[in-house]
Amino acid sequence: MTEILLIAIVVMIFVVIFQIAKASEYVSVLKGEEKARKQNNKINAFLLISFLVLGLIGCWWCNDLYYGKTLFPQGAASEIGEKIDLMLYITIAVTGVVFVITQVLLFWFAFKYQERDDRKAYYFPHNTKLELLWTTVPAIFLTVLVVFGLKYWFKMTGEAPKDSVVVEVTGHQFAWEFRYPGPDKILGHKDYKLTKGANGLGVDFNDPASHDDVHVAGTMHIPVGKPVKLVINAMDVIHDVGLSHFRLKMDAVPGIPTTMWFTPLYTTEEMKKRTGNENFVYEISCDQMCGKGHFSMRGVIIVESEADYKLWLAGQKPEMYTIYPERAPKPATTDSTTKQASPIAAVMTAK
Amino acid sequence: MSNEASIQHEDVHTAHGAHDAHHEHHHHETFITKYVFSQDHKMIARQFLITGIIWAIIGGFFSVLFRLQLGYPESTFPWLEDLLGHWAKGGKLQPEFYYALVTMHGTILVFFVLTAGLSGTFANFLIPLQIGARDMASPMLNMLSYWFFFLASIIMMSSLFVQTGPASGGWTIYPPLSALGDASSGSKIGMDLWLVSMAMFIVSSLLGGLNYITTILNMRTKGMSMTRMPLTIWALFFTAVLGVLSFPVLLSGAILLLFDRNLGTSFFLSDIVINGKILPNEGGSAILFQHLFWFLGHPEVYIILLPAMGMSSEIISVNSRKPIFGYMAMVGSLFAIAILAFLVWAHHMFVTGLNPFLGAFFVLLTLLIAVPSAIKVFNWLTTLWRGNIRFSPGMLFAIGFVSLFISGGLTGIFLGNSALDIHLHDTYFVVAHFHIVMGVASFFGMFAGVYHWFPKMYGRYLNNTMAYIHFWVTIIGAYLIFWPMHYEGLAGMPRRYYDFSIWESFKMFGGLNEFISFISMIVFAAQLLFVFNFFYSIFKGRKVTTLNPWGANTLEWTTPIRPGHGNWPGEIPEVHRGAYDYGKDGREFIPQTEPVGEHESHH
Repeated sequence: MTEILLIAIVVMIFVVIFQIAKASEYVSVLKGEEKARKQNNKINAFLLISFLVLGLIGCWWCNDLYYGKTLFPQGAASEIGEKIDLMLYITIAVTGVVFVITQVLLFWFAFKYQERDDRKAYYFPHNTKLELLWTTVPAIFLTVLVVFGLKYWFKMTGEAPKDSVVVEVTGHQFAWEFRYPGPDKILGHKDYKLTKGANGLGVDFNDPASHDDVHVAGTMHIPVGKPVKLVINAMDVIHDVGLSHFRLKMDAVPGIPTTMWFTPLYTTEEMKKRTGNENFVYEISCDQMCGKGHFSMRGVIIVESEADYKLWLAGQKPEMYTIYPERAPKPATTDSTTKQASPIAAVMTAK
Repeated sequence: MSNEASIQHEDVHTAHGAHDAHHEHHHHETFITKYVFSQDHKMIARQFLITGIIWAIIGGFFSVLFRLQLGYPESTFPWLEDLLGHWAKGGKLQPEFYYALVTMHGTILVFFVLTAGLSGTFANFLIPLQIGARDMASPMLNMLSYWFFFLASIIMMSSLFVQTGPASGGWTIYPPLSALGDASSGSKIGMDLWLVSMAMFIVSSLLGGLNYITTILNMRTKGMSMTRMPLTIWALFFTAVLGVLSFPVLLSGAILLLFDRNLGTSFFLSDIVINGKILPNEGGSAILFQHLFWFLGHPEVYIILLPAMGMSSEIISVNSRKPIFGYMAMVGSLFAIAILAFLVWAHHMFVTGLNPFLGAFFVLLTLLIAVPSAIKVFNWLTTLWRGNIRFSPGMLFAIGFVSLFISGGLTGIFLGNSALDIHLHDTYFVVAHFHIVMGVASFFGMFAGVYHWFPKMYGRYLNNTMAYIHFWVTIIGAYLIFWPMHYEGLAGMPRRYYDFSIWESFKMFGGLNEFISFISMIVFAAQLLFVFNFFYSIFKGRKVTTLNPWGANTLEWTTPIRPGHGNWPGEIPEVHRGAYDYGKDGREFIPQTEPVGEHESHH
């Protein structure tokens, strides 16, 4: 019923506008089209300058409303992120100045030079000096931005420090898996053809390096203040590890591992205080369209002190023992096996 | 005059000077040859325009539907279920269909409206009229170009009605998502239809593009040197060159993807386990497709934007009663943009794991585009300066175009810089950026063109009051919709999300999303007002009574008010000067057909 009412109202508005439009056309014909055109010209010139003024006030107001909700006030949570924020500020300042100048000129010229009977347009087809001026000035500013940008680009895409904590991230429809190399600091070999049942990542358990690897799903733990290197894979389609608080993201492509590294600056607990949000968590958002559950492909990162991190990692059971309990050094209690059931299997049955 | 000889036989009369005023009635036209399988460039232009308008209504309506979900995620709309059946069970869009709507909105607006609807219309309409030719180089291929577009439209439309739904992997259709039916229901038959439709579309675009280039190079009237052409023609020329060189690459990508989907090849597939099933494909690269796609995809942005730039330049100059400032610089910057358009495609791929060293070149080349863009903006501003400006609806849209081009262009400087792109990629910042600079700005160029040339197309005017309402609602609405989206992007909010409620980081924009959705419905209604005005005015608009209602210099205004097939009843006029002698030597305008006077000043 409300829909019909709504449609009726919209149609009514249309009819009214149409009648007014038709009437004003008749009036303009009666009054003389030239005279009507000149009146319209004045009205539109006034509207253009009003649009400029109200628009600039609107920009200010919008900033007031939403600046607090952007990531700027809480600051970047990684070292490289702070550089990116600095660059963002510089770019906003440069483009902001250009934006205001050009928009003001555009609408102000339009208003100031509106048609008047006593005005003649000034014949001004070209001026080499002016054109050179606005070729070189933007070029100089852009050079500055490119130099800054590439400096940080090479820093963030460069080799991760040798002592980085390595975590392998694997995306699949619609969840994240994490694998830690364990005490030997080497991730065991993987082959997608070995994917079967509980061995959801296709780890090759004939490779001794895989024996101490730890596999967890959904939540990743990393230490604060130490470089973390992510090795990123995808099992089915392209996903993307989006880390907005760290100002980074990288695609997960099936068949082509990618990497990304950063140094977290604040633990999750510290971020709760910085943001004033009790429920704050670092989230991994999938930023590459990956199917119907794309919007729900959420991962969580817990950044904690190195001690807490080590404690947590030590408490994890290597994946091999959860898949092959018989290979475990001590007979596992039934209690812990159910708790440590292969995360990927749990996810798959949940689906 | 080589163009005369190569054209339809009926025009040969005029070439030999044996013209009479009724030459367009020499061949008798039936309804079919006049309105359906027409070979008259003006009729083909109208066909492109009206088909484009129909597609724009559909594509725009899709955005209203998915904005309902984004703005009111908690609400249900029972009428949606009546309309869409199982795609909106219980009055709520299903995620699969949400993604299908997003995908089709992008596909329809980028290709069917802003490529075919924009260049198809204005290249066909303006090229022969503004360079002084009786028709396109090959009217037959021109007709085929429209009918391939029509075929592509039918196939794309039919994909909306298949059981598993239309393509739903985003308009960029990245494999493996688009290659594997198991990955998404939209990647079943819907995706095949998408690819076949796009192949037809590319054929249409190539036939059109080759025709435009040939016509511009070979069929200019006497005296119309390249540097005397209006900027619209230059822009349409570069647009056609971009299309001819880049669309075939997309065709190759589409065909390889069809092979991967249906013939078991592995061009884009490798190492895939889907739903526990291990696929046999090995050795392909998913990233290869992105290179093929964006090698078209980036020039495509300029295929959309250049005609809008050209038309705005022309309309701003005519209505400021001043020459366009820096004609050669305008041509040069169009040329620079056209070249650079081919060298920046990988800036869409900074987060794919692209070699950083290679990425650095793409950063440099991308930001280089800002230089010709800046030249264009400052030249438009200087054209307005000390003019005597008439705010016809076309002029208002052209000014709106410049405003939007500035706003959206500046955010391109953020995204082209890879270090910032790593943060902003695939967030609402990108959505805001490309909707303003490519979507809305190009629409404004298109509206400017429609309002400006409607009198030539139909011999009537559009209603001014409705036009002004259309302009003001659209520009205010466009900024209200897309400006705040930058803030959502700076909060890291990802695009293509169906629902944000589970995300601690992104769920605080509920109120803003509702506001944006509400405004988008109003703006959509304003576009329907334009559509009504368009069709009403074709039949009932105020009649054009003078040959040259805007006081313009270009050749199309020397034709009769309703030009027949062949455009000029007599000989094609000769051109003696450039298109922008406004306000020269104290005269308001000097048409291109007027010989240079003895005492005329030189500049």
